[in-house]
Amino acid sequence: MTSSPLANLADQTAKLLATIAGLDSIDHLREAEPTITGKRSILSALQKSFGVLAPEDRKEAGAQLQEARRVVESALESRRRELSQAARARTLLQDGLDLGDVVVGDVRWPASVGHPSLIAITQRELEDVFVAMGFTVSEGPEVESDWYNFEALNIPPAHPARGLWDTFYVELGEPETVVLRTHTSPTQIHLMEEAVAKDSLPIHSVMPGRCFRRDTPDSSHLATFHQIEGLVVDRGISFADLAGVIETFTRAYFGPDIESRLRPGYFPFTEPSAEFEVTCTICRGEGCRTCSQTGWIELGGCGVLDPAVLAAVGIDGSEWSGFAFGFGIDRCAQMRHQIADMRALIENDTRFLEQFS
Amino acid sequence: MKISLAWLREFVELTESSDELRVILDDLGLVVEGVEHVGEGLEDVVVARIDEIRAIDGADRVRLVVVDAGHGPLEIVCGAMNIDLGDHVPLAPIGAVLPGGFEIAQRQMRGVTSNGMLCSARELGLGDDHRGLMVLDEIIDPVVGVGLMEALSITPDVLFDITVEGNRPDAWSVEGVARDLATRLGRPLSSPRLAEPNGEETSASYASASIDDPDLCGRLTVSVLRHVRVGPSPSWVVDRVQSAGMRAISNVVDASNLVMLELGQPTHAYDAAHVAQRTLRARRARRGETLETLDGVQRELATAGRGLGDTGEDCVIVDGDDTVLGLAGIMGGAASEINDATTDVLLESAYFDPMCIARSSKRYGLRTEGSNRFERGVDPGLALRAAARFVHVLRESCPELEWLRDPLDVAGITPTPPTIEFDERDIERVLGVAIGSDEVTSILTGLRFDVSVSGGRFAVVPPSARPDVRGGVAGSADVIEEIARLHGYRRLPRHTPTWPEPGGLSEQQKLRRHVRDVVVDLGAAECWTPTLGSDGDFDLLRPEVARVRITNPLASDEAVLRATMITGLVRAWGKNLERGAGNVVLAETGIVFAHPEETPSPRMTKGGVGGSVTLSLPQENERLTVVLGREGDDATVAVAFWATLAERLGLADVVVRTSDTPEPGFHPTRFAQLVDRASGAVLGSVGEVDTVLVEELVASAPARRLGLVDVDFDALSDPSRATRRSEFAKVPSRFPSAVIDLAFVTPEQLHSQDLASQLRGASEFVEKVELFDVYRGSNLPDGTRSLAYRVRFSSEVGTLSEVQVATARSQLIARAESLGATLR
Repeated sequence: MTSSPLANLADQTAKLLATIAGLDSIDHLREAEPTITGKRSILSALQKSFGVLAPEDRKEAGAQLQEARRVVESALESRRRELSQAARARTLLQDGLDLGDVVVGDVRWPASVGHPSLIAITQRELEDVFVAMGFTVSEGPEVESDWYNFEALNIPPAHPARGLWDTFYVELGEPETVVLRTHTSPTQIHLMEEAVAKDSLPIHSVMPGRCFRRDTPDSSHLATFHQIEGLVVDRGISFADLAGVIETFTRAYFGPDIESRLRPGYFPFTEPSAEFEVTCTICRGEGCRTCSQTGWIELGGCGVLDPAVLAAVGIDGSEWSGFAFGFGIDRCAQMRHQIADMRALIENDTRFLEQFS
Repeated sequence: MKISLAWLREFVELTESSDELRVILDDLGLVVEGVEHVGEGLEDVVVARIDEIRAIDGADRVRLVVVDAGHGPLEIVCGAMNIDLGDHVPLAPIGAVLPGGFEIAQRQMRGVTSNGMLCSARELGLGDDHRGLMVLDEIIDPVVGVGLMEALSITPDVLFDITVEGNRPDAWSVEGVARDLATRLGRPLSSPRLAEPNGEETSASYASASIDDPDLCGRLTVSVLRHVRVGPSPSWVVDRVQSAGMRAISNVVDASNLVMLELGQPTHAYDAAHVAQRTLRARRARRGETLETLDGVQRELATAGRGLGDTGEDCVIVDGDDTVLGLAGIMGGAASEINDATTDVLLESAYFDPMCIARSSKRYGLRTEGSNRFERGVDPGLALRAAARFVHVLRESCPELEWLRDPLDVAGITPTPPTIEFDERDIERVLGVAIGSDEVTSILTGLRFDVSVSGGRFAVVPPSARPDVRGGVAGSADVIEEIARLHGYRRLPRHTPTWPEPGGLSEQQKLRRHVRDVVVDLGAAECWTPTLGSDGDFDLLRPEVARVRITNPLASDEAVLRATMITGLVRAWGKNLERGAGNVVLAETGIVFAHPEETPSPRMTKGGVGGSVTLSLPQENERLTVVLGREGDDATVAVAFWATLAERLGLADVVVRTSDTPEPGFHPTRFAQLVDRASGAVLGSVGEVDTVLVEELVASAPARRLGLVDVDFDALSDPSRATRRSEFAKVPSRFPSAVIDLAFVTPEQLHSQDLASQLRGASEFVEKVELFDVYRGSNLPDGTRSLAYRVRFSSEVGTLSEVQVATARSQLIARAESLGATLR
């Protein structure tokens, strides 16, 4: 009988453990690793020597070797943790800096030229147009209850119109009670509720903000996007006022040779509802591929506030009336800057960002 | 919905061009997404016979084909290999313009003249087949020289692809679109031809129908059709069904589809032989019942779904043995399906509760032509008219068809059309223009509203096809929209309103703009990083912390709402670094979220069905995060960046205070909080990005420090937390000032800014105190460092005397000593 190659396994394991315990830095550990558990280690050599064993002994030997390997590997890993924690502690100690003692005047500061976000620039420009027309600017949360995002806007649960908005649901409360807002319209409800509570009607406000729809991003859509929405609640407001505001905005933002027009549309929270289109900014109304030869580009939706929405927030529809409109901020940016792929907006590639000032 | 112009013309006379009609349909809110011209480009294409095929010298991909199209031999170069002598194929002669605008001309190829083009189905817009020529012998008995359209019986037509808005179920049919056009154009609307029952027996003698749950099934009509022979439909029926993009299947199915497309009523045909006791009954499904739908899926009925307020209600049709035959209005079952042997048919034409259909269809993920229509609301008055149309269509292929008299008609609960009252002034109030009562009457009558007018006051009742028209004030808005729509939105006036209330930005909005401007001025590029991130990224900074999760993310790494922008910005920096553009400062202003369990006072809001419960929502915190990634950037640059920002924002005094509990993501020993001295509020943090985080997020991370500023914008814009300098300007003293330097050996714990603040308050003559040197060395006692300040004294009333300066100096030293510092 040949002597088992594993005769000295216990000694060899102990030796390896001693070597591990003696490793004093992560670099040393990395260097030593191949000879402890890697291909050049005694453990691997033993594995290869199993050829001399009778087949019935191999299983037993294999189990012994595996156990030894487990012990060594776990020792190595815990040593690795200790050493890296120690190394980290040392680095942190060496790095330690009392930031209260920074002499600001002495800090040498690398130069760079900044660039504003295209969406921020676009949003600001849109806000400014509306502010000049007498609007205030309001904001609202990005996570909303189903009530604010849908039901108060006259879209009850299971309403087929909900198909218009692919909704991300938030895992809070009962299923489907909390959503990432699919549009900025819930801000309208907050605004009207607040005005009723404070008795501060009328409202003339625009509401920009980030919205979310569960829609796979492509060159013309992002699952996260920005909208701006307008709301007017005042005495004697009609569809004519809505059409006038849209037209004034269109000329102010896109330029004097761009016109707007309305066509019937459907939104559960407005009645009458309309889609608004503007002269195609590419062909200036001549007809091109972008506008499918129609000369018009659809920009957003609008309408006279539905009496049911006013009732839901407790506004007396016989005294007050109003309108709302909304459209995409990103889409305005895309139209103006001819952005072929919207995904560029979220890639944060400085070569893209640097184009905007 | 694809709508055929030829079909529309059966209902209303239309002389307008397709372009003109497109404009009119758009203006009616029936948005035309596309127009397809059937037969366009085929006018000149003729049937040709292949008489000879010859190889061309030096060409192995093309051959010379000699054809006859009725005018003698014609030589054509052709690349197709699927043809034999004697085959008939379409020939586009010279001068023909194919669909898509391709004009055929005489061409020279390989020294041979080609006098036209032999076409594939795809080249003619007649199919997708592009593997070879369209061999006509396979589909018709072709005659040489005949026009292809005649040979294939193609009638020129225009197909409008129309999107019908969700509130217009009445327009989701040929008749519905025609009705809008007829009303707009002031032309009469024709009715389709209908059959009359012709059977001897009554329907009740043969079959029965009942409704158990009238709230779910508002009307159930059952027509008994005998002597049916299932077979192919007449060609006009096939054309109509196919024009809408549906497949022709058999005369019974096609008739059902045609009626749905034409009138908007889905119907369902049962094989009477497979309906126990020839009885159809509508009722609620019971817990535990199952149904195998036509798509082969076994469905557990009456099981509550995930949808808000979904109790699991299903309406089913059962037979006389109470066996479930189908999900009402959505999909039938296999057992009672029509087959070739069917002779007697029970035709169900019904009205189901839209909400019930919508919920069931959503729960089972079953969207069918039927469910789409029922969930928007089918006209409850249409059922028997649709059956009569069905019989008329089917009879053409089954002349011996018998429709038993007195079709079964069971009433459940259907919405009662409201009576809506309004007057001319209401129209003017909503639209901003008066519309004459004659026009109003003619519009509403055209749309089949009952109208009565008296003294400028209207009382109207909408037709049963208009479930979208509500009662009360909301109803008058609905009716006024119809008046505006048919009158034409483009004819309505515009008026830009003005109001006395000023517009403008809030203080917070102004501050946000200011902050972003300064950050850009200081060299940052503004980013937009993802709001939705992965658990892995979240765990990097906040392991075991509750997070706000999305139930239905698009991807598993977009399932968690971010709690910080640091991760996103460091990733963005890493991507730019890989592109060789790591020398940048990246900044973002945006919202980060905290789970309600993680916040002391979560946001409470109205929620649940009807807004009846209070929900706790995540706390939303607006922050500004800046990652300084340029060569040379580090924590000290971050401090300087912050100091400049604070100065530009006019903050009174914010202390950069080191802390032993660093914010997640910060380098633990290069971290400080930004603390407002007056309020004690923490406005943010400054320091460096933790190197461990950089290594984790940036594959090729170099050993570079990244400065980090993270500001709580909500705190910054709250004047009670972020203290501003007084708006009142101070006129500097006109008298010369005195400058002295003071170096103190101070305990490490004494903060340089605290000492400076104390020095400022130590004498009335202090104008400015500025730290200019920090020194640590072995010549100083352990645990101390030297802080050197430049102090400027001045007085508003005169030049300071040496004595005054000396006194002030001693006051400052005394103050410093009281804090444990000693003059060096």
